[in-house]
Amino acid sequence: MSREDIQTGLAEILEEVAGVTPADATPEKSFTDDLDVDSLSMVEIATAVEDKFGVAIPDDELGNIKTVGDAISFIEKNQG
Amino acid sequence: MTQIQLPTVAPGARILGLGAYRPRRRVTNDELAQVMDTNDEWIQSRVGIAERRWASEDETLVEMAVAAGGKAIAASGLAPDEIDLVIVASASLRAPIPGIGPQVAHRLGIPRPGSFDLNAGCAGFCYALGVANDDIRAGSSRNALVVGVERLSDVTDQTDRSTAVIFADGAGAAVVGASDEPGIGPVAWGSDGDQHNAIEIAAGSSTMTMAGQAVYRWATTKLTQTLFEAMEKAGVGPADIDVFAPHQANLRIIESMTKKLGLPASTVIARDIIHAGNTSAASVPLALTALMESGEAKSGDLALVLGYGAGLTFAGQVLVLP
Repeated sequence: MSREDIQTGLAEILEEVAGVTPADATPEKSFTDDLDVDSLSMVEIATAVEDKFGVAIPDDELGNIKTVGDAISFIEKNQG
Repeated sequence: MTQIQLPTVAPGARILGLGAYRPRRRVTNDELAQVMDTNDEWIQSRVGIAERRWASEDETLVEMAVAAGGKAIAASGLAPDEIDLVIVASASLRAPIPGIGPQVAHRLGIPRPGSFDLNAGCAGFCYALGVANDDIRAGSSRNALVVGVERLSDVTDQTDRSTAVIFADGAGAAVVGASDEPGIGPVAWGSDGDQHNAIEIAAGSSTMTMAGQAVYRWATTKLTQTLFEAMEKAGVGPADIDVFAPHQANLRIIESMTKKLGLPASTVIARDIIHAGNTSAASVPLALTALMESGEAKSGDLALVLGYGAGLTFAGQVLVLP
């Protein structure tokens, strides 16, 4: 799956979980600082990512994902 | 060869009465903001709590259990001497010897019942209800008193905002008796001991810690199947549930579970956590009594309850409200 497709899928998840406007879900955006997504919502995003992309994000890795771009890279790297 | 003869089984068991005790002292988020780095907005958005109750020195585990138990007995219409089993679910005893069940029974005038304490973390009440249900249906007891009681403020670090804003105190109780039709479904319970230190008082410490994100992930992903199992075991489905009262751990967990169950819009959801905080084993019976007192839940309603927490443990069942 291309980075573009991953970004689109992730934007859907962010809208569903945290009410983020899809146009705002761009790679440089910080989850906590720019998109008002807290650590519990990050857990819900990780669960939804696993459902949608088949990529599991363990809690310790989740702590390293600060931006939308970080999430896209993680999914791209761990795709089956 | 002499055969053991067993008593006649009862066709079912049901809750005959509920009772609750909430400590006097209300602690608001603003009060907590004075002593730790937190604020009302953060607490409400992360956990959903507006205020909680902390027990004073005279509101001991025994006193609160007796108060809640007494109200449940009065509501049941039974006399204390008709009760032959008392189970107290609690994870916050200051000392393990003695368990407090026998003393609670004695204070309530229940003569020499079978009695033990049950520690299954925040799943304790539902575990104990499952045990009492099966014991009565097997014909081993006639009527049981099941109490969930906690003084989590005793084991909470009052400067640690990840726990001090969440955990609280209180007691809830149910009297259970035999009935012609089942009023409590079989318990669906289990444990995930691989995460035994996700919620713990570590060796050498006297206060609780909780791995919040790990517990949130577990609660919102691994317990959905238990909720469906509890309904299946009782031969009902989401459309039949009038009241959903999961352990009041975190309002966002409650909302997540509610969404995953696909309950009808008319189902009443327990949100006692907003004013009670997280009271571990007391939270399910406190939530049920709150809904019945407000009139949102009615006698005869079908409720789905679930306890889950330290251990990690979980237990849920379907029950008819008294």
